[in-house]
Amino acid sequence: MKYSRSLIIGAILTLFFLGAAAVSFVWTPFDITLLDIPAKLQPPSLAHWMGTDQLGRDILSMVMMGARTSIAVAFLAVGIGMGLGIPLGLLAAARHGSWLDEVIMRGNDLVFAFPSLVIAILITAVFGPSAVNAIIAIGIFNIPVFARLSRAGALSIWSRDFILAARVSGKSSARISVEHILPNIGNLMIVQGTIQFSLGILAEAALSYIGLGAQPPTASWGRMLADAQTLAAIAPHVALVPGLVIVFMVLGLNLLGDGLRDLLDPRVRVVRA
Amino acid sequence: MTRYVLGRLVSLILSLAVASVVIFSVVEIVPGDPAAYMLGINARPDTLQALRVELGLDAPVQERYVAWVAGMVQGDFGISYTYRTPIAAMIADRVWVSLPLALYALTLSVLIAFPAGVFAASRRGRLGDLGVMGSTQIGVAIPNFWFAMILVMIFAIKLRWFPAGGFAGWDKGLFAGLKSLTLPAFALALPQAAILTRVMRSSLLDMLGEDFIRTARAKGLSRRQALWRHALRNALIPVLTIIGLQFSFLLAGGIVIEQVFFLPGLGRMIFQAISARDLVVVESVVMLLVFLVIMVNFVVDLAYGAVDPRLRTAR
Repeated sequence: MKYSRSLIIGAILTLFFLGAAAVSFVWTPFDITLLDIPAKLQPPSLAHWMGTDQLGRDILSMVMMGARTSIAVAFLAVGIGMGLGIPLGLLAAARHGSWLDEVIMRGNDLVFAFPSLVIAILITAVFGPSAVNAIIAIGIFNIPVFARLSRAGALSIWSRDFILAARVSGKSSARISVEHILPNIGNLMIVQGTIQFSLGILAEAALSYIGLGAQPPTASWGRMLADAQTLAAIAPHVALVPGLVIVFMVLGLNLLGDGLRDLLDPRVRVVRA
Repeated sequence: MTRYVLGRLVSLILSLAVASVVIFSVVEIVPGDPAAYMLGINARPDTLQALRVELGLDAPVQERYVAWVAGMVQGDFGISYTYRTPIAAMIADRVWVSLPLALYALTLSVLIAFPAGVFAASRRGRLGDLGVMGSTQIGVAIPNFWFAMILVMIFAIKLRWFPAGGFAGWDKGLFAGLKSLTLPAFALALPQAAILTRVMRSSLLDMLGEDFIRTARAKGLSRRQALWRHALRNALIPVLTIIGLQFSFLLAGGIVIEQVFFLPGLGRMIFQAISARDLVVVESVVMLLVFLVIMVNFVVDLAYGAVDPRLRTAR
């Protein structure tokens, strides 16, 4: 079978950024903790591929270090969403129609109705701005997404014959959920996880832009943009580079998600053909 | 229909109750002593005690919660600790920036998305469709606050068509007010327009596959005529829901955009309150925003039920 264009482009972009974040652990072109004020706000050059910022730091190195923060925050936030949401969804599906199902789903609706950004701001404001609080604030709103989706996916699997066979053989609903339902909704979760990952990158950028994300000296794309705001008129590259980096990372993840959905869910392919 | 409305009403009240409890707990219970939080570590004991009395912290938690909710229901949001003015009056000023901004952005989003969605759907699979869909992919990937900075660089600093920030005030006339909200509204609207375009397109395409469209085609309508006369109206139902959701998103998303443009709206009010540790203001404004969002969702649900009778029984 042929891989779709969005899958290939998305995978390349995503791997590129993951790679940049990984490399930053052992090597960056320059040390971002060293300030070089005389070399501040230089446009892109051979020495500094993406130029330097207002403190003379190499922007490429900052972007690589920032990739770590963005990816870590978004990844862990998706982890929270999956780790709590999928068990809740499986439980609701296994007890379909019971009061437990009702409570879980109503709870989901409630969290869904909250303006996530406002609550994230509230959480980080009261508990202090930090990467950990940003992860929690973003992660909470991932829970209902995965709970809903895994419940819907699980319900359609529960009606299959092989589940009936498993029940006849005496397996408990908990065992069926883990051994038969979960593997069958895995693809669905991976696709949604990719999309939530990209939303997490955007949310982290917004939070750190308004000063409620990772704190200095931890590099973050959102804060690079906040610092660049007043300098945009004299040195446009300090505002352009981090923004474009976010756009490409998010674009890559979205394309990857679309591509994976087409690849893993044959029904969609039939509809589109 | 009555049953449907009642059901929605119960869930509305429940949502508001849970929201108020969560916000109250996060602000007033979890940090321990709100007075100590507001004054910082160097507070003198007598100032601290005075603030505790002022905030009514000596009363039990349940009583404080009830007093807070009862106050808000009557329009009393408390007194700002830093400004020494009633919060309700501060909100009243700033709402006239935040609300028009959200409405302006919503209007732009619809004005962009409708033609783009219809265009893409009517040229499905062709170059025009691919172009629109490609643009929406980029549109959803752009952080709106960064787009805002780019707009400022081009239209405020280079071309000098619009102000780079600040708000002229409605007393300077409608035009001056709208002018200072134009760049912020575009920044807010872009990602939303991209999403709405996709919904519009896919909803139209779904409709074009329906039997009644085949009937319309069979009686001699062209593809385009069938789209305009029959598919569009039916495709609008899911689009309306998304528009409702977007309005609440725009209200909340305005917080960040107001920061970029130094607009004196509710978002800036929250941030100033956060940096001044004015918890009373944070609590009330967050509750107000959550209230607005939940109310908008409620109205959308009702409108949805009115437009599509099937939904009234579905729940």
